[in-house]
Amino acid sequence: MSEPTISRALHDPPLVRVTLILAALAIMGVLIVIPLVSVFYQAFANGVDAYVQSLVGNADTLHAIRLTLVVAPIAVVANLVFGVAAAWAIARFRFPGRTLLTALIDLPFAVSPVVVGLFLVLIFGLQGYLGPWLREHDMAVIFALPGLVLATAFVTFPVVARELIPVLEAVGAEEEVAAVSLGARGWQVLWRVTLPNVKWGILYGVILCNARAMGEFGAVAVVSGRITGETDTMPLRVEKLFQEYDLPGAFAVASVLASLAVVTLVVKTALEWKTRRDLAATAREATATGHP
Amino acid sequence: MTTDVNRRVLPGFQLSLGYSLFYVSLMVLVPIAAGVAKASTLDFATFWGAVASDRALAAYRLTVGASLAAAALDLALGLLVAWVLVRYTFPLRGLIDALVDLPFALPTAVAGLVYSALYVENGWLGRFLVPLGIEGSYSRLGIVLVLTFIGFPFVVRTLQPVLEGLEADVEEAAACLGASRWQTVTRVLWPAVYPATITAFALAFARALGEYGSVVFVSGNMPFRTEIAPVLIVARLEEFAYGEATAIAVVLLLISLTTLVLINLLERWSKRAYV
Repeated sequence: MSEPTISRALHDPPLVRVTLILAALAIMGVLIVIPLVSVFYQAFANGVDAYVQSLVGNADTLHAIRLTLVVAPIAVVANLVFGVAAAWAIARFRFPGRTLLTALIDLPFAVSPVVVGLFLVLIFGLQGYLGPWLREHDMAVIFALPGLVLATAFVTFPVVARELIPVLEAVGAEEEVAAVSLGARGWQVLWRVTLPNVKWGILYGVILCNARAMGEFGAVAVVSGRITGETDTMPLRVEKLFQEYDLPGAFAVASVLASLAVVTLVVKTALEWKTRRDLAATAREATATGHP
Repeated sequence: MTTDVNRRVLPGFQLSLGYSLFYVSLMVLVPIAAGVAKASTLDFATFWGAVASDRALAAYRLTVGASLAAAALDLALGLLVAWVLVRYTFPLRGLIDALVDLPFALPTAVAGLVYSALYVENGWLGRFLVPLGIEGSYSRLGIVLVLTFIGFPFVVRTLQPVLEGLEADVEEAAACLGASRWQTVTRVLWPAVYPATITAFALAFARALGEYGSVVFVSGNMPFRTEIAPVLIVARLEEFAYGEATAIAVVLLLISLTTLVLINLLERWSKRAYV
């Protein structure tokens, strides 16, 4: 068999190659790039002044932004603590039910946010299981801040754990075992060894969790009651402005959320790039010193 | 082996496991138990009336049908994009690769808003498509389009590592044995990739099943025509028909859980078959 024949069988013909690349660019363009560009274009369609005005000039929109800035961090911190605990248990130990716990952590990815919201209403709503008790003690969960936090936390709770488990598994337990054998106590191991080792994984998990939390719609829509100026978060505000045919206003709020998504992607890409560079550096060091 | 050593040496097993179980129970198991408990208090006639009404049946059909269509479209587009990203070098490759994850990070309400604006008559894409009779807003097609957006990264990110992991020597062997490129792709590469395509399809499908935020913007939410199951649940809730809403929610939950179990079985099966 001659060289060119083998090469032809190994590589795609140039025409196929170019066609596929162009097709991929077209798919990405229509599916992702045009929508993303369009968000910002529509937001700024009437100029920068109009954009700023539709964000800060509208009291209800401002309230929605402030509310989101309260709800999302609480949910993220709660899920961060859980994420570290769950990752430690799952990545470092083998125990009966480990697979089941992992599956349960994935559950919120599969359950419709609307279903989650409804179930929270069934527990905490006025006619819910805890409704009468809450009313007696003058507490409100549904149509109020606690409900928003609960709904957001449920929907985003796998994110940090899912990011951390593979990172922690990849790092391995050797350094922690060494720390313990040198006399470190539990919390010292966590703060001095484990967390510094996985800090980039945690950072990305937190940023992604935050983006999800700020953008959560379905579950929050059900538990919030959509009270304008009271329980509307940013995504709910987008829908309300959309329904009121205030498209510039809707796109202005949407552009803030889209910027958050873009920042998330930039951080993710930067971290992947850094990880690759670190790996390459470690490999170079190993060859230079002669230790594989 | 390592298990026992870890548990004897490393601290915090009971604390971390205990807290994880507590949090999972509080956040996930209690709400789901409450939903199932509420559904079980309904008498059969009410439950069946809510679950099997014509409007509900139309909503399930649309939810499942649109999710299947979107997952199929995702698979075709995602396979192509994953192949191009793994196999070819071209300008902007890094940027395109990073942008694949946008639907993960972009709030669904933003996706819905922008998709509804793009495909209307004077939208950026609608001005070319609407004259051809393609209505991508306030239609079933619109639902499929936005669900395709939502599920797209699941397919690409599932297939990419599999394509990267294909050993060059099997292709070389095929070529040396006289296979044409087409034969190599269909007889050597495809069998190695196709278990992952099933997983990718299932993940995109599962993600689409529960989607709500983006669909409310693009569908127009017309009962019997463009109303998906989660929208119907919200409609029942707004009528304070908690029992009926719960009944439909439990059906939707069962569909999601079944899909999740199937995905896990598929992953196990494809690992056993090909590792």
